[in-house]
Amino acid sequence: MIYRETGQFKDSYSDDQALFPIAQDRYVIYAVLFVTFVVVPMLANEYWVNAILLPFLIYSLAALGLNILTGYCGQVSLGTGGFMAVGAFSVYKLMVAFPELGFIPLVIISGFITAAVGTLFGLPSLRIKGFYLAVATLAAQFFLVWLFNKVGWFVNYNATGMITSPPMTLFGVLITGPQAPPVAKYLLCATIVAIFALAAKNLARGRLGRNWMAIRDMDIAAELIGVRPLMAKLSAFAVSSFYIGMAGALYFAVWLGSAEPTEAFDINQSFLVLFMIIIGGLGSVLGSFLGAAFLVIMPILLKNIMVDGFGTNTALAAHIEIMTIGVLIIAFLIVEPHGLARLWRIAKEKMRLWPFPY
Amino acid sequence: MKIRNLTKTLVAALLAVPLVSGIANAYELTIPSFDYRTGPYAPNGIPFANGYGDYMNMLNARDGGINGTKLKLLPCETAYNTKRGVECYENVKNQGESGAVAIQPLSTGITYQLIPKASVDEIPIFSMGYGRTSAANGKIFPWVFNFPATYWSQATVFVQYIGEEEGGMDKLKGKKIALVYHNSAYGKEPIRTLESAAKKYGFEFMALPVDHPGQEQKATWLQIRKERPDWVLMWGWGVMNQVAIKEAASIRYPMDHFIGVWWSGSENDVLPAGEAADGYLSGAFHKPGDDFPAHRDIKKYLYDKGKGLGELDRIGEVLYNRGLVAAMWTSEAIRKAMEIHGTNEVTGKHVRDGFEALDVDEARLSELGLPDFTIPVKITCENHEGPGKAALQQWDAKKKQWIFVTDFYEPLRDITGPLIAEDSAQYAAENNVTARDCN
Repeated sequence: MIYRETGQFKDSYSDDQALFPIAQDRYVIYAVLFVTFVVVPMLANEYWVNAILLPFLIYSLAALGLNILTGYCGQVSLGTGGFMAVGAFSVYKLMVAFPELGFIPLVIISGFITAAVGTLFGLPSLRIKGFYLAVATLAAQFFLVWLFNKVGWFVNYNATGMITSPPMTLFGVLITGPQAPPVAKYLLCATIVAIFALAAKNLARGRLGRNWMAIRDMDIAAELIGVRPLMAKLSAFAVSSFYIGMAGALYFAVWLGSAEPTEAFDINQSFLVLFMIIIGGLGSVLGSFLGAAFLVIMPILLKNIMVDGFGTNTALAAHIEIMTIGVLIIAFLIVEPHGLARLWRIAKEKMRLWPFPY
Repeated sequence: MKIRNLTKTLVAALLAVPLVSGIANAYELTIPSFDYRTGPYAPNGIPFANGYGDYMNMLNARDGGINGTKLKLLPCETAYNTKRGVECYENVKNQGESGAVAIQPLSTGITYQLIPKASVDEIPIFSMGYGRTSAANGKIFPWVFNFPATYWSQATVFVQYIGEEEGGMDKLKGKKIALVYHNSAYGKEPIRTLESAAKKYGFEFMALPVDHPGQEQKATWLQIRKERPDWVLMWGWGVMNQVAIKEAASIRYPMDHFIGVWWSGSENDVLPAGEAADGYLSGAFHKPGDDFPAHRDIKKYLYDKGKGLGELDRIGEVLYNRGLVAAMWTSEAIRKAMEIHGTNEVTGKHVRDGFEALDVDEARLSELGLPDFTIPVKITCENHEGPGKAALQQWDAKKKQWIFVTDFYEPLRDITGPLIAEDSAQYAAENNVTARDCN
């Protein structure tokens, strides 16, 4: 009744090809942006920003990146942690060497550096597929983390191998380092994530995105209709790594503030982001956000309910939390193998018919 | 009968109401405890958390807190994971009226994370014998305390012990010393010190990393079997310790030439290797055992009433005592802060001053029920490391006991001093910190 495009007439091509052709969808997006940029900054306190919102936004960006590669182009990757490390160490080196360039350009440059590294590790994808590719990207994960841990140049010869983000400002406001106001950090990440989420949505429906999906659905058929697998696969690796690299840069510089390669970027990181897109929904921009929200917020929520709400012993709460998350993942995959995004799509279909389902 | 019960309940409830509200109004000191009772480091995290919490709870039960102000222990599970540590920190820092008064991160990674935040949030960090070594320089790191000794001091103590065993420091020339370390910020701490010592005394130094969590060490020990170093040092934590000791036993490396850092010297680490671990050495800055009045009080006031955090027969284990000594110094710093500022309602800002004026000598230790338990500690504005002394303890597998085999050594300050100055200067330059004046 409410969610129906009846009566919305499009009288130009640009209207017809809009990112969100249905007016109701546009209103929802405006509402979400309003909440993100106006309501949340007014309400959020330091705990919310540092413990929940920043990791949610940063993991969303990483999940978006992996979703481009795995969800849209069908190339399984277990190298996310390693690529995030490339982004983090690039931004660290750049922040120390060229602070005058400003933070956002540095984040974008680190994205490009990661894209180059990602393309390099994407080369094997032309010959190997499926699980074997997963193993090849796993090698990238271990190699990159080993490299950053081993070579002193990446950490500016720090004795302990830790990198710490120096304080930087944007429009005169601190955005990295401990003195930075949480709202500034949040707004910075939210802006970057919002822009690149829209970019991803646009990419996915354009020629490049269609090439990727053709490769994903059947690579031989795609080749026959004229999609070049070399370009499609490598561009997917490049774009995906670009996103993941930026996520890694924000993860280190804005959220954590200091990091060591072995712990912050270990294999668990790769699995976490992969689980996010599987649970959220492969090949869906919304799914990346839903998956990140599920895996970032759910453990904290469970912990707070059990420890602060019921006074459960912290160790018991931690164990229950691990088990609950595991059960929920399995339950979701049984009920809806296409992820949370698919649930949303079903809900939308139902809403279109409501109140007269046939 | 029923009516009488009902009246009783009502009376009790009425009496309880003012009591409850009274407690809610009283000023409490929030003491966060960053535990790890899960994950690969849990075997070491659990006894520490028990010791830390039991001592604080015992102060509450026996003395009604510190000078009558109750302590509120606030456990938060970090699983030794930095990301969870961030969440815990944000969660605990503003809880209660006092906010967190002192933080014991119990992880080098989390400590590094919190060091820049401490001065902003005005919460002192007490990274007892771990964390960033150069935080010993109080001029650059006013909010961080790492007494009673740092990793670098400890590394020089080991070098001195080895020198003594070899028959003089000049005999170190040409010897080969290996370091098996946890491949993280924590494990890498002693490398520079040992390299400087190697240069000074002319021994050969080899560093062998072990990756998190440390269950796989075959290659490392194969290399040790091949290279046959005269001494092996270890900077390990969690499951890595047990595995290393078992591996050392399996290649028949002489245990009395194998020295662990004080985080690699607890019962959990040696018991799995059984008899083979006999003679293994480790650093220490406090005594093992439960034969102290403070331990008796913990048993009396907590465990006899079923309020203990752990198991009765594990009181007095090395890491339990480590947690206990951390709690003791923290509570003494709070007491000192109350004395300096003339109020019982102290916050993190006051407790920092308490830490900086801390002076727990032998007489005070006896008063606290811990005579001869650890070294006297006196902190000053520029020296946050305190005495910097360490001793060595040895495992007796038959008696299942750790035994102190040396006195407390002075660290080689001519090696650690310049390194601390250099590293803290680097931190100050990177983070635009100016050294404060300590006079």
